[in-house]
Amino acid sequence: MISIALILLSSVFFIGIVNRTKSIASGRIGPGLLQHLKDIVRLLKKGSVTSTSSSFIFQLAPTISFVTVIVACLFLPFGDQPSILSFQYDVVVFAYLLALGRFSMILMAMDTASPFEGMGANREALYGMLVEPAFFVLAGSFAVLTGHTSLNEIFRDMHLGSGVSYLMAAFAVYVFLQIAMVENSRLPVDDPKTHLELTMVHEVIILDNSGFDLGMILATTSIRFAMFGVLISNFALPPMVPLWGKIIIAIVVMAVFAVVVGLLESFRARNRMKRNPQFIFTLTSIAILVFFTVLILTNKLVL
Amino acid sequence: MLSFSNLDVISLDAIPVLSYGTFLTTVLDHMKANDARHCVNYMGYRLPNGDLECFCVLADDSTSQLFVARYHLAASGTMALPSLSAHYRAFHIFERVLWENHGVQFTDHPWLKPVRYPHDAAHGATIDSYPFFRIEGGEVHEVGVGPIHAGVIKPGHFRFQCTGEDVVHLEIKLGYQHRGIERLMVHPSTMLQRTVLAESIAGDTTIGHTWAFVNAMQALMRGTVSDAVEIERAIALELERIAIHIGDLSALNLDVAYQLGSAVLGALRTPMINFFQWWCGNRFGKGLLRVGQNRSSLTPALQDQLVETLDDMERRYRPIADTMFELPSVLARFERTGIVTTEQAHIIGAVGMAARSSGLRRDVRRSHPHGVYRAEDVQTHVLHSGDVMARTYLRKLEIDASITYIRILLDRLRTASRDNGTLEDRPVRELAPRSMVVSMVEGWRGELVHTSITDEHGALVHHSVKDPSMHNWFALALSLRGNEISDFPICNKSYDLSYCGHDL
Repeated sequence: MISIALILLSSVFFIGIVNRTKSIASGRIGPGLLQHLKDIVRLLKKGSVTSTSSSFIFQLAPTISFVTVIVACLFLPFGDQPSILSFQYDVVVFAYLLALGRFSMILMAMDTASPFEGMGANREALYGMLVEPAFFVLAGSFAVLTGHTSLNEIFRDMHLGSGVSYLMAAFAVYVFLQIAMVENSRLPVDDPKTHLELTMVHEVIILDNSGFDLGMILATTSIRFAMFGVLISNFALPPMVPLWGKIIIAIVVMAVFAVVVGLLESFRARNRMKRNPQFIFTLTSIAILVFFTVLILTNKLVL
Repeated sequence: MLSFSNLDVISLDAIPVLSYGTFLTTVLDHMKANDARHCVNYMGYRLPNGDLECFCVLADDSTSQLFVARYHLAASGTMALPSLSAHYRAFHIFERVLWENHGVQFTDHPWLKPVRYPHDAAHGATIDSYPFFRIEGGEVHEVGVGPIHAGVIKPGHFRFQCTGEDVVHLEIKLGYQHRGIERLMVHPSTMLQRTVLAESIAGDTTIGHTWAFVNAMQALMRGTVSDAVEIERAIALELERIAIHIGDLSALNLDVAYQLGSAVLGALRTPMINFFQWWCGNRFGKGLLRVGQNRSSLTPALQDQLVETLDDMERRYRPIADTMFELPSVLARFERTGIVTTEQAHIIGAVGMAARSSGLRRDVRRSHPHGVYRAEDVQTHVLHSGDVMARTYLRKLEIDASITYIRILLDRLRTASRDNGTLEDRPVRELAPRSMVVSMVEGWRGELVHTSITDEHGALVHHSVKDPSMHNWFALALSLRGNEISDFPICNKSYDLSYCGHDL
């Protein structure tokens, strides 16, 4: 319960903090922290315009995408506080709920029959596919380390207080951070601020959406980003701290996460499109490194 | 061909009228004679009796010479002619304009397609009837961009033939900004109206086009302006160059999502164009240049302010320029993207920045100097890699060179005479009758060519404008071949060509 409340709360501020960090880093004041929320509220009040040549898929997809993210949130524990839904191997369900959301967006883009959106769908599918191994290898490492296969139990047993190698944790956090960047269409794989449809990945898919649908898609993006924030903050929750202390730690970790994302986006250029697969493969290889470290730590691989 | 130089007034009677066959061989011989020759203008207009009179102007960059030849086509005679483009591709755009405007049928032209008008006006007056080049095949897909631009700048249509993410071919269709500049120029109007029109040919080249225009008019009036006025104009042109180059560097950073560079450089463009506001009351230098004078002179107070503005700009610009060209993620995007080889640049007749970044030394300020440039103290840079990096880095080099040059010009301005011009106090300003003048100015994009022709009463009968974009749009199309379609925006921005300068 706490995790979903935290996700919804932080999703309100998350994009705001990222954008504000970027503005300050380039010497500007920037929009208020709640600007993104205001945009979403404004869009939700509007009706949607849909092309006569698109089918029901186009209208359904934003809802599916929104629902999958909300359901995925239900699987997230908060430290030793259990999640609402939990069962064996729910890690897999978690990952494929997000994939289902992406799949519906890709179908939606194809449904418009626009050449831009076809290209965007192509790219989104490729990067989504490439980032999957990184996530699963990492999740597998945690499963091996803790001996459990549900998010609830994994995070109950694994945190900074549990004597796990800090180096491994650093790698894992780095990979998760980058997976979050890829999943949420941020730099260096995608540029959420670009106005150039030929270079877009996620933005071009939603080019034809307007009003309520667009508002829902933006809300989905915020919530998904905040969800990764809670996931990452879970690594940093020591069990001996009381609940209010954990909440404060989680909020601080997420704020730092948002600032880091903002800074990462301020001081570098975006990848060349062809380099993106290579970049994402690097994440997988770091995840494999984590996996072997875990095997050695748990004496499953004896050198 | 008659040999003359930039801003020489030549009598029309001195240019022999050739038959088309002789014209063709003469022009080809002149082109063959020297590699440094290229076509700067080739245009035609209808004589009162309906005949078509065409002029072709070649420039030799190594000897500062211009050459002109002309021919007549009788209204009743044949319009089917062999083309120059079949031998030298750089002529293609001029011959297309002749075909489109006057119905000349070039029989062996490789690419006879409209430049500014609908393809087949008889079948409908919409511009979408353009016959795009198409590649058929299961693996090829077509992407059309525009004419409404994503960044809401100017309209142009880009048609890509792609295999996956790679571009096989790009075809650019322009003409959406056609305003009839050349027709309005000869429309009965005052010199002031024409000057204001010249200011609006391309908004980012206001000083360049206006200077080329007033130079042509001053030459036809057989008058000069004072040294100080000339130097002020050169300063204005370099300021325009700096402002637009900085703005483009900012936009290039924006397109590769390097936020810091984009924000800092974007902010630096403002003081440069604001200086124009202080100087002449318009941020783009409109209202500054007039025939025979500058409406506001660069007073000592303004000179001090300019020095201050430049010092402050340089102090803020150096660190970000250094950071930008050392940042691996930025270099990774620019290097080896959108390469146009020296050979390609030569074939298509690229000019200005586009030529200099591909290893061709083409700079009117050095090759065809007029007025202030005769002192030969302006520095020209040439880069050879021909990629986006070359075009970006050339901008940095040119900004540096322009800052240095403005400082030299300011020194010269302090001692320059303000009253050795002959036009300031001349009450009647008539244009020389039956004459032709070619006025070339190196704007920030490249050579701007204004060609004026007068009739026996000294009235302007034809004024042809050539923006460097006329040649260079083709360079953009070539730069995309074999590149990713997602690199189109940075290739496009690295040229930053003019839509309205091309469409007129």
